[in-house]
Amino acid sequence: MIELSHLEKKFQIGDQVVHALDNVSLRIEQGEYIAVMGPSGSGKSTLMNILGLLDRANSGDYVLDGINVSKLDEAERTRLRSKKIGFVFQSYHLVPRLSARENIELPMMLSGIPAQQRKQTVDDVLDKLNLMDRAHHSPNQLSGGQRQRVAIGRAIVMKPSILLADEPTGNLDSKSGKGVTQLLESLNAEGITLMVVTHDPTLGARAHRQLNMLDGRIV
Amino acid sequence: MFWSDIVGFITHVLSRHRFRTITLWVAIAIGVVAVNLLTALGEGAKSFVLKEFNVLGRNTLIVLPGKKETTGGMPPITGESPRPLTLKDATSVSRLSGVKAVAPIVVGNIEASYAGKIREVLTIGSSRDFFLIRQLNVAQGQMLPALDLDKGEAVCVIGNKLRKELFKNKPALGQRIRLADTRFRVIGVLKQGGTSFGFDMDDVIIIPVANAQSLFNVDGLFRLFAEVQIHQELDNIKRAIVGLLKERHEGEEDVTVISQDAMLSSVQEILDILTIAVAGIASISMLVAGILIMNMMMITVSQRVKEIGLLKALGATSSTVRILFLCEAGLIATVASLSGLLLSYLVILLANMYFIDIQFNSPWWAQVGSIVLAILLALLFSWLPAQRASMLSPVEALQGKQQKEIP
Repeated sequence: MIELSHLEKKFQIGDQVVHALDNVSLRIEQGEYIAVMGPSGSGKSTLMNILGLLDRANSGDYVLDGINVSKLDEAERTRLRSKKIGFVFQSYHLVPRLSARENIELPMMLSGIPAQQRKQTVDDVLDKLNLMDRAHHSPNQLSGGQRQRVAIGRAIVMKPSILLADEPTGNLDSKSGKGVTQLLESLNAEGITLMVVTHDPTLGARAHRQLNMLDGRIV
Repeated sequence: MFWSDIVGFITHVLSRHRFRTITLWVAIAIGVVAVNLLTALGEGAKSFVLKEFNVLGRNTLIVLPGKKETTGGMPPITGESPRPLTLKDATSVSRLSGVKAVAPIVVGNIEASYAGKIREVLTIGSSRDFFLIRQLNVAQGQMLPALDLDKGEAVCVIGNKLRKELFKNKPALGQRIRLADTRFRVIGVLKQGGTSFGFDMDDVIIIPVANAQSLFNVDGLFRLFAEVQIHQELDNIKRAIVGLLKERHEGEEDVTVISQDAMLSSVQEILDILTIAVAGIASISMLVAGILIMNMMMITVSQRVKEIGLLKALGATSSTVRILFLCEAGLIATVASLSGLLLSYLVILLANMYFIDIQFNSPWWAQVGSIVLAILLALLFSWLPAQRASMLSPVEALQGKQQKEIP
């Protein structure tokens, strides 16, 4: 469960102060499917970054599963992030020199899980995403849809409670986009909280709840 | 993160960026090779020089005319030259108890001629004991006869090179070589010897000391070698010689007596300093490699800024990122320095096979030091880039921006 209260985030760009988040309060239950929509510069990405513990708000509180993360230091936030939050990016962000399997394995490796334990989990994820026969391919040998599936595999391998997807279908054709959307929704159906940032109204409309943002506020 | 995972991750990176890896590898290896080869050269030169000085044997004292002082003011300018060391002095030294052999030396260059061939040649005037003290052997004939020091005889022993040049393949023994107005009968030819103590013993002519004195028209000796019977007595006899000559020279202490050990140790000291200095100079190449590492790592961090952002988003802490980059430099440095060491072994081995006279050998401190230095420099110079990578904010880094840091 996520609780945001009175979040403020300001950026200094040149002489101007941009209010990226303006008194945002929000409550998200476990297992919700939310679409965040709004024009560029409305604060969608900033909200995602703060929810994903990649960035800090200037003021306000953020409570994640009962933990007030505003008070944690960088290392603690990193650990919490790796345990609770999975990211899916528009441009996949796969490490090109690693195979599909190694990309999926990366978060487990970084958090110090021994190799023999990792194997079974990664096998399960590959199996679930139907990527077994692509496991040893490098990202540039995969199609866009496959790459995004690998990225989703990497996002869920640590069994997070929240999946944050920033324009997950933005770089894909409609057919592979549909496949990725179905995959994300099936994960949501299994209980993961899914939050999608998108410009695409049809994708947004599929979510159970829509948040429209404008000038740093939820409208 | 586990060390095995860190190494695996870095190996991936290094094999992916082959050009960079090889460049750093070569730069570091060259540094290590430079340190090891130059110190090996220094040590080789040292052992060669020490071997050269060693021909005198540990029981030999060298008596030089004049007092050598390293402190004090200007030497007297007004014609007060040191009293010469004479043959009588040599004779009295030979009578001291504990002195086994005495070889007075008079040296000069003079024209030697035989059958119309004229050649300038280094002429040493000495005694039979000279052969014993200098451990010279004759290949043909015999050594100088055992004469009283003040008695001359027109005989000579010649070096092998001189023999070849004057006599070609004809027998040299019994022939007469003319030095100035005197003709000296060749009674012996030295074994092929090589250089020692600045004299090329293949290219000399050795005659009795009394003949040399009249030939060069000198009373004084160039120096005097005295060999003692027991090594432990060396210092006592040294004092005895100084005392005796002081007495003979009207109470004035005007000779210098040095032992080979004293000379060796000062030479050794100088050569040790030389080796260390050379190692220091070679270390500069390591420093250059270090700066290269810093540049390369800076470029790497810039190129991989998105990846760094990703790693952080996926749960890598700042210290994990820092360790990854430090280890990357550390791993290259370790592998490169070890292969540099291996290469130096190989070169030293080949050099030792080729140059038999000089044995090259890089000392252990250079081997250990060069490796430790290479790794330390790699870590030191990659600290800044690694720190920069670890401080990148994940949000900015994921977008490929590198200027902003975590506040």
